[in-house]
Amino acid sequence: MAYTRSKIADLIDGKIDADTLHQMLSTPKDPERFATYVEVLQERVPWDDKIILPLGPKLYIVQLKASKQWKVRCECGHDFCDWRENWKLHARIHLRDTPETMEEIYPRLMAPTSSWQVLREYYCPECGTLHDVEAPTPWYPVIRDFEPDIDAFYRETLGIPVPERAEAA
Amino acid sequence: MNVNVNSGTLKGSTRGVVRGGETLKQHRDRLMEATKRTKHYAGLDRLELRDSNPILYNKLFSRLRAGIVDARETAKKIAASPIVEQEGELCFTLYNAAGDAILTSTGIIIHVGTIGAAIKYMIENDWESNPGVRDRDIFCNNDSLLGNVHPCDVHTIVPIFHAGELVGWVGGVTHVIDTGAVGPGSMCTGQIQRFGDGYSITCRKVGQDDTLFRDWLHESQRMVRTTRFWMLDERTRIAGCHMIRKLVAEVIAEEGIEAYWKFAYEAIEHGRIGLQNRIKAMTIPGVYRQVGFVDVPYAHEDVRVPSDFAKVDTIMHTPSEMTIRADGTWRLDFEGSSRWGWHTYNAHAVSFTSGIWVMMTQTLIPSEMINDGAAYGTEFRLPKGTWMNPDDRRVAFAYSWHFLVSSWTALWRGLSRSYFGRGYLEEVNAGNANTSNWLQGGGFNQYDEIHAVNSFECAANGVGAGAIADGLSHAAAIWNPEGDMGDMEIWELAEPLIYLGRQIKASSGGAGKYRGGCGFESLRLVWNAKDWTMFFMGNGHISSDWGLMGGYPAASGYRFAAHETGLKQLIADGKPLPFGGDTDPENPIWDGLLEGARIKRDKQAITTEEMFADYDLYLNYMRGGPGFGDPIDREPQSVADDINGGYLLERFAAQVYGVVGSRGADGLWSVDSAATLERRKAIRGERIAKSVPTRDWMKGEREKILAKEAGDHVKQMFAASFKLGPRFLAEFKAFWDLPDDWTLSEDEIGIPHYGSTYAMDISELPDVKVVQFVEE
Repeated sequence: MAYTRSKIADLIDGKIDADTLHQMLSTPKDPERFATYVEVLQERVPWDDKIILPLGPKLYIVQLKASKQWKVRCECGHDFCDWRENWKLHARIHLRDTPETMEEIYPRLMAPTSSWQVLREYYCPECGTLHDVEAPTPWYPVIRDFEPDIDAFYRETLGIPVPERAEAA
Repeated sequence: MNVNVNSGTLKGSTRGVVRGGETLKQHRDRLMEATKRTKHYAGLDRLELRDSNPILYNKLFSRLRAGIVDARETAKKIAASPIVEQEGELCFTLYNAAGDAILTSTGIIIHVGTIGAAIKYMIENDWESNPGVRDRDIFCNNDSLLGNVHPCDVHTIVPIFHAGELVGWVGGVTHVIDTGAVGPGSMCTGQIQRFGDGYSITCRKVGQDDTLFRDWLHESQRMVRTTRFWMLDERTRIAGCHMIRKLVAEVIAEEGIEAYWKFAYEAIEHGRIGLQNRIKAMTIPGVYRQVGFVDVPYAHEDVRVPSDFAKVDTIMHTPSEMTIRADGTWRLDFEGSSRWGWHTYNAHAVSFTSGIWVMMTQTLIPSEMINDGAAYGTEFRLPKGTWMNPDDRRVAFAYSWHFLVSSWTALWRGLSRSYFGRGYLEEVNAGNANTSNWLQGGGFNQYDEIHAVNSFECAANGVGAGAIADGLSHAAAIWNPEGDMGDMEIWELAEPLIYLGRQIKASSGGAGKYRGGCGFESLRLVWNAKDWTMFFMGNGHISSDWGLMGGYPAASGYRFAAHETGLKQLIADGKPLPFGGDTDPENPIWDGLLEGARIKRDKQAITTEEMFADYDLYLNYMRGGPGFGDPIDREPQSVADDINGGYLLERFAAQVYGVVGSRGADGLWSVDSAATLERRKAIRGERIAKSVPTRDWMKGEREKILAKEAGDHVKQMFAASFKLGPRFLAEFKAFWDLPDDWTLSEDEIGIPHYGSTYAMDISELPDVKVVQFVEE
């Protein structure tokens, strides 16, 4: 069943009522969710380029209004890179690889041992939002965590046209 | 439909036991050929019964499912073991004649696949002719080399006959408290090979005419430490199996064998289609990558293993690539995973894949129709030789969960990216906890009997945060959807260990806009035990549960134990005693109360049997779940609530969440909103100031790789993964832009690596036909 825009807005805000949440979890999914969800998000972001796909609470793939290029964008408006690249390679990184920096986050003894595992925090260069924390061993390549097949998603899964896309210059 | 009985084509050949006269092997071969050819289970491109008589189909489903759940709930009351009776560590599953699961009960549903693997092993290895498969037979299995999770999960398997012909199987499993391994406890750590992993039974016929053989009863009860638990667990399993066998007989009598027979195959194709539809309905086509790690810190003096070559620190590693296609099919590829090792954390391919369904039933397929359909709807690739598909028959499995839970937790993140992108925020979950610590040990208990313990308190760990709420605290374990910490009073009856405290483990949940659920901790005083040992089992150096989209990983583990505590005198003198929890391990309180005690407080969260005496202390710390989203976006009042509720240590409010506040006269912590705004603004600036562009950092890291500058445990992990995963190596070299001739082998690290070159698979034994379940 479909849900009203206000219920979807409540969901995004973490304020959904228990009955509706239970219904969302226990009944078949509402296929129109994506459209409503993106509409609500679009109204909230401080720019009017079209959201193609939300990647995180403050991270999106967007279509630039003028050029129709697709970019990975922070909510603050900072564009990391073309949508086909790994945005983390265009972020700023902070490494926690000493007991001192680990213990800023965890109590002593409850932090990972930094010679076994490090924390890699990826920030937006403009607003400082923390978009991802990786926790691998030293040497580990930066993970390209998601390569969405947006054409198939729009066309085959949702049955709607793929928004216009100009290839990056 | 082509699962009709096949008597017409079998004239002249030896009559098999399966309905219609096929042998078990002929029947399964026919089904598998049709499945492969048509991509539909058993070739069922239409569901005749469901389509023509949906009411009857659903009636069969509801009645059988309810009866199977009822059998579990009834049978578990027979058990004496609190693991079964309190924690619900049991499960019953109904199979068709080919050994494919039709329906399962609640409980430890990983065994949908593992019991099925045992039945298929019997089918492939012609149990039908020797030892024979007859009505009212009883088989027992716990062999991890053919699909079981670990030896303590003991299966009872009973064939179901109708009118003299086999029409299916029923299997029951309980997690027994001891299997007679090198050390006490169901998931012990001291052994490094199968030969110390405990009593192992390979699909053995242990009874006929519904009666257990006397030789089996005499042998099996002396192979384990906890005889009473063992024997009552077996009666639990048999009772449940017989209840379900009776249920099937009643259903056939009332609805007819034709309807039951069709249902037994159509339900599986129905399950396969159901998964495909849910994937289409909930996910986004694409490629998802994630990785899991866990530590194996065996170089430490408190890990006492029999062989020098196992005394090394290593890291287990599982990268996963999940490809979802627009048609709802999907593939899970674990290229690059670590080799099996000289420890008890290896897993069979079936337990790895079947366990994934435990997880999926909590998200992708939250249905009562849990069966082998989902397995037929998934392409798995587990390279041979990895820890989850070993190529050596010596491997041990006793605590395969150590890395099963840590590698699966990564899959939550992949799926959650899909759910988040589509707006199904209610389904997002940053991951599960590393389900530990496992308090295990044994000796003589308070009843003066040989005893072993495995406290299942960690069936109630923290849950990963979602995109709309914090993770549940001390509430769940990935391997049992009905997680429960158990009553203290029951554990005190089962273990010579008195509770001095049980409280929420502050700051154990990963930080985030929504934080991971916290675990809890229990302080146990050894009391009335004799010749007693205990050990620790959990993650320590590594937090295996990453956060999601800006959330932090859950906290990792540590151990606290105290010997020669002087508590007897402190109690007599009425002095302050350690109570409650080890609230802030950075500023411990208990240690100061225990003058002269020998205290072990460190990151060594895996140990082997250590001697404990009365008045010694043991801290059992259950881990938390990972967080979601940037912590400085957390509602400030939630941070205050966390401090006041004991979920967060106060100093992390400002450091991690940017929330400033203070304690009032009532002792409650409250938020200073203006100062919080300022602090959060400052944090954003500090983040930018202290960070560097990722590509700049990569230059420095690349130099470290070229210089081979890392701990041996890190290098060993990469070298082992490179050897088994050529694509992983190629991608590693491409990412870091390493020279073509750059290599890293285990030989050059200078630590033992037995098993890296020479291995011998179980399939090389005479007369053994293994069943291959995954692409290797």
